Amino acid sequence: MEKIKSLADLKKKREQLQSMVGLRENGDNAENLVQVKVAMATCGIASGAKQTMEAIIEECKNQNVKAVVTQTGCMGYCYAEPTVEVKKPGSDPIVFGHVDVQKANDLVNKYILTGEILEGVIPVNYEKIENK
Amino acid sequence: MDMIKLTIDNREVEVPKGTTILKAAQTIGINIPTLCHFELEGLGVHNKPGSCRICVVEVAGRRNLAPACITEVMPDMVVKTNSMRVINARRTVLELMLSDHPNDCLQCAKNGRCELQKLAIRFGIRQNPYVGGEQSNYQIEVSPSIIRDMNKCVMCRRCETMCNEMQTVGALSAIERGFPAVVSTAFNQHLEDSPCSFCGQCVAVCPVGALTEVDHTPKILRAIMDEKKKTVVQVAPAVRVALGEEFGMKPGTIVTGKMVTALKMLGFDYVFDTDWSADLTIMEEGTELIGRLTKFLNGDKDVKLPILTSCCPAWVNFFEHHFPEMKELPSTAKSPQQMFGAIAKSYFAEKIGISREDMISVSVMPCLAKKYECSRDEFKVNGNPDVDYSISTRELASMIKQANIDLAQLPESEFDSPLGESTGAAVIFGTTGGVIEAAVRTAYEVITKKSLPKIDFEELRGLEGIRSATIDVDGLKLNIGIAHGLKNARKLLEDIKAGKCNFHAIEIMACPGGCIDGAGQPLHHGNSDIIKARWEAIYRADKEMPIRKSHENPSIQAIYKEYLGEPCGHKSHELLHTHYFDRQTVVEVGSDK
Amino acid sequence: MANYKYHILLCGGTGCTASESPKIKANFESILAEKNLTDDVQVVATGCFGFCEKGPIVKILPDNTFYTQVKPEDCREIVDEHIIKGRKVQRLLYENPEDKEHISDSKHMGFYKKQMRIALRNCGFIDPENIDEYIARDGYKALASVLEQNDPMATIDVMKKSGLRGRGGAGFPTGLKWELCRKNEADQKYMICNADEGDPGAFMDRSILEGDPHTLIEAMAIGGFCIGATKGLVYIRAEYPLAIHRLQVALGQAREYGLLGDNIFGTDFSFDIELRYGAGAFVCGEETALIHSMEGKRGEPTFKPPFPAQEGYLKKPSNVNNVETFANVPVIINKGWEWFSSIGTEKSKGTKVFALAGQINNVGLIEVPMGITLREVIYEIGGGIKGGKKFKAVQTGGPSGGCLTEKFLDTPIDYDNLIAAGSMMGSGGMIVMDETSCMVSVAKFYLDFTVEESCGKCTPCRIGNKRLYELLDKITKGQGTMDDLDQLKNLSRVIKDTALCGLGQTSPNPVLSTIDNFWDEYVAHVKDKKCPAGQCKALKQYVIDPEKCKGCTACARNCPVGAIKGTVKMPHEINQEICIKCGTCIEKCKFNAISII
Repeated sequence: MEKIKSLADLKKKREQLQSMVGLRENGDNAENLVQVKVAMATCGIASGAKQTMEAIIEECKNQNVKAVVTQTGCMGYCYAEPTVEVKKPGSDPIVFGHVDVQKANDLVNKYILTGEILEGVIPVNYEKIENK
Repeated sequence: MDMIKLTIDNREVEVPKGTTILKAAQTIGINIPTLCHFELEGLGVHNKPGSCRICVVEVAGRRNLAPACITEVMPDMVVKTNSMRVINARRTVLELMLSDHPNDCLQCAKNGRCELQKLAIRFGIRQNPYVGGEQSNYQIEVSPSIIRDMNKCVMCRRCETMCNEMQTVGALSAIERGFPAVVSTAFNQHLEDSPCSFCGQCVAVCPVGALTEVDHTPKILRAIMDEKKKTVVQVAPAVRVALGEEFGMKPGTIVTGKMVTALKMLGFDYVFDTDWSADLTIMEEGTELIGRLTKFLNGDKDVKLPILTSCCPAWVNFFEHHFPEMKELPSTAKSPQQMFGAIAKSYFAEKIGISREDMISVSVMPCLAKKYECSRDEFKVNGNPDVDYSISTRELASMIKQANIDLAQLPESEFDSPLGESTGAAVIFGTTGGVIEAAVRTAYEVITKKSLPKIDFEELRGLEGIRSATIDVDGLKLNIGIAHGLKNARKLLEDIKAGKCNFHAIEIMACPGGCIDGAGQPLHHGNSDIIKARWEAIYRADKEMPIRKSHENPSIQAIYKEYLGEPCGHKSHELLHTHYFDRQTVVEVGSDK
Repeated sequence: MANYKYHILLCGGTGCTASESPKIKANFESILAEKNLTDDVQVVATGCFGFCEKGPIVKILPDNTFYTQVKPEDCREIVDEHIIKGRKVQRLLYENPEDKEHISDSKHMGFYKKQMRIALRNCGFIDPENIDEYIARDGYKALASVLEQNDPMATIDVMKKSGLRGRGGAGFPTGLKWELCRKNEADQKYMICNADEGDPGAFMDRSILEGDPHTLIEAMAIGGFCIGATKGLVYIRAEYPLAIHRLQVALGQAREYGLLGDNIFGTDFSFDIELRYGAGAFVCGEETALIHSMEGKRGEPTFKPPFPAQEGYLKKPSNVNNVETFANVPVIINKGWEWFSSIGTEKSKGTKVFALAGQINNVGLIEVPMGITLREVIYEIGGGIKGGKKFKAVQTGGPSGGCLTEKFLDTPIDYDNLIAAGSMMGSGGMIVMDETSCMVSVAKFYLDFTVEESCGKCTPCRIGNKRLYELLDKITKGQGTMDDLDQLKNLSRVIKDTALCGLGQTSPNPVLSTIDNFWDEYVAHVKDKKCPAGQCKALKQYVIDPEKCKGCTACARNCPVGAIKGTVKMPHEINQEICIKCGTCIEKCKFNAISII
């Protein structure tokens, strides 16, 4: 792995990475992939997030859905673990709570494929500092 | 020096920067009570956990109360040591302590000398507001020297400081947390299974009755009353300069003659002197030193040098536990207590025509490790110990008091013969540097065959933890090291191990100051002036002796002639020498950390 | 198959449910059915939007239209106008109180969002095990700029001006702490992270470690550079295996990229971080105890001075900050101290992460700007009290904190206000209690914790807390006296006044604050032998109503201790001396004849 030797190096690296990671955030991006993030902090894992993540990956494969499924940290909604954020191309990300294996399958078959929103949507009610 | 002005109880006081509120207050006669705080000035002992909270005072502008024992003065500080807030807090803390303390003061070994009891008296505590609250419940543990009753522990941590910082023994430390927190051994193992050296310094500093010595006095009383038994008592050098304190005499008073009278009044059949066997020790150990030196000077590379003294039993335990790989270095000579016991139950028993089983041999020692030492198997013949019971200076004082004897008013008597004659060289065994000075006095004359130009080796005396001196023995430069306090002993041993050491002989005493501050001595309660007074008395006693070199002791000369043959000869080896064991425990404490 | 063009999201939080959101949902559904739009529009109930004062809330996707204070009768207009004709219903849009302008897109309604995520900015956004994602979100930029500027004092100055205070509890200014450590010359210094989160129910540090480990690494390197340390140590609970794993992965990645190790960013600055595991003793959150524990010694505090900045780990100058504090550092550098200090109150800047727990609907981790009120946190972010019960108290600051009552609900939360109110910020536990909580039992619960977690070093904490607990226990068993209450007060004050470390000095807070705010409840336990909340088992009495009892003997036959006597077909009686209050009789009684008084 190449070392980052200066601020300029870091900036270059960041720009490269942002174009890659950025598609997870900017809905206007024409990218076709569905982005799925599973909250995998201890609380999430304890409530079954690992099984949820496996189920999503499996079901995406079965249904031939092109999705990037990644783990992330705690989203803060402990009352609704496991929590999963789904971002479909062209729309805002939506966070779903209480996503067990059954709901994980539904998430792929209903929300991702047909746009039907499942029960248990968690409205994001905090400010991101990027906007400031 | 930077001076700081502050106000304590509306009085101005000026003290050097770095002074604690406690000491600043003392300069104007305000005695803030303390409990956990403990200091032996000049001996490097300082326990300051600031944990008992008895010494709290009010400092203007501070949110909470400050512990006076560790809070340093600041310019213009305004301190109240006796406001109602402070007194209430102090009383409450004291009541808390008493609420988890057994109410058995009348049966407690520390009754009357307990620092917690003194506080309870001072604060007029009359009731326990926490009746029915949980009480600590630990098992009482009895070892050959020390009794641990942790139900009485107040967590002052003095014992821990002595055991770890002063002695680097590492036997005691706080275990558990919260209410059950207590000072104990690792995994609560028995002291005998721990690396404990039985130096007893924990007992010497314990403010309460949590750590006390095993009391042998009832057994001795019974032995004296038993007409079939002959009782023989020996008294160690340091006892005679401290026993008087128990009878209200000034620290440093030499009470040898009065003590002998008292022992005779108590009914001991023969009152002898450990000083006699100290002279014997010098003959054996000195000869061993000369032997090793001669071999060394003749080019023998395998010779074990430096030679280490072996009269201190706590020190012997220490190296057996912590430096077993060096167990060939110490002199094989037994300690004076054990040499005396061996001679008493052989030579002297034969002389008075009784069997060793019919003799009860008692020692009075300034030491608690001696209790353990005399119980060691190698000092027994067919299960019968050379010394049956070893009691402390404090226990002797208790026996004398029980017999309605006021030591101060007694006439003086002489020790019995033949094991009672001694020299000034033997008396100084009682303090750090004394054994090696006695050995040098003899070695010099034996090696050079010349008379010493000056008997007093001032360069070997003092109270610094580690000292060294080079003695010119008629051209031969003899490098001497001295350490007291096992922390200092550890440093020297590590230097030896690292090959950084060019000493020929090293004297080591486990207790700070040597036997004068042994754990069996009258309690000094942190007053190091008492120890200094005993120290001076030891050298005074030496000066007062007509003979001051061990090899000139006529009684010692006689026993070699009629019984032992020559020093380090066959008979001597049989009776007066021993060997050491590897007793390393699994967990070894860090050296300097 | 349905192919929804619109989604109508309806707040299903307690507040909105109370104000008719179920009816609104039903209305929408019937109108949509009527208009044959069920395959085009989906109506979904969601969690709380956190804007309860303007509820019920309706949000329309995909255009993010945000309607407030919607009534059931508004549904038709929304469907007709918005869904069918594509025109927003202006009168239901949120009106900005400042310029009276209607705002339709919730993306522009940041001000309504009570939470602001600085420390948690990356948690839930990035893959914590992928350094690239961190770098893409400005990661290590702050470190790079600090090193490029190469002026530690300037960076310390930024930290001082930002007003950041320690998030571990005491709130000591971070910049000042760094400056004090910097001033002490030594051949080696240590930058230490306290990741020994120990308050019951608090897990913000764990979440940061698990969700954004690189922020800690970056901040520690910045701090290390500022104080002159080349070594960082993280004291982390061994019970946090996932946090440890993620931190180790992150450390490995940072080293690979050269962001840790020798000559970081090609400068002279070298820094690396090691982990030290704690066994989870609460007292080891106290910095001197933490340092002793790291040294392999007994984890107990020592008197300060010397402060760790003078004599810390291995007697070298050391600086200890907590995880959340560190997590703020890179943001302050990147966005400037002016920005940071514009958030919060006069003396408490920035945000605070709280672990919201207890009898509250939205249990979870929140990050709010300092100065927010407890009411906003509990009712808007937390979605109110569970089961629509009445709020009674909120406990902040963990076992060191206190219980705050309704009268403090509108107090802005910051370090100083909480202390003035008799509690403290602590590390950020916030436990909400409803009317069924017995405050004496709550105090007892916390004392039980401190008794267990006291190191046992100083008398007031070792014995005093035990005695406090015993007094509380006595009271909850109905054996307390008014003298005991005096004793409780005096003892609490003395412990606060005399204990050695922060743990002991704050341990009576739950007692003192409940005495202050719920004195009547204490008196009820002592004088009336009653627990007003009905929680204290010993004070409950099971009684049989002779009017209702038919003498069926079911209770007597099932009583495990034989406390119920009576003849068949005659009213039975419970012997209170024998009764163990297990409740079996109530379950077995078919005539509702048994009640608890």
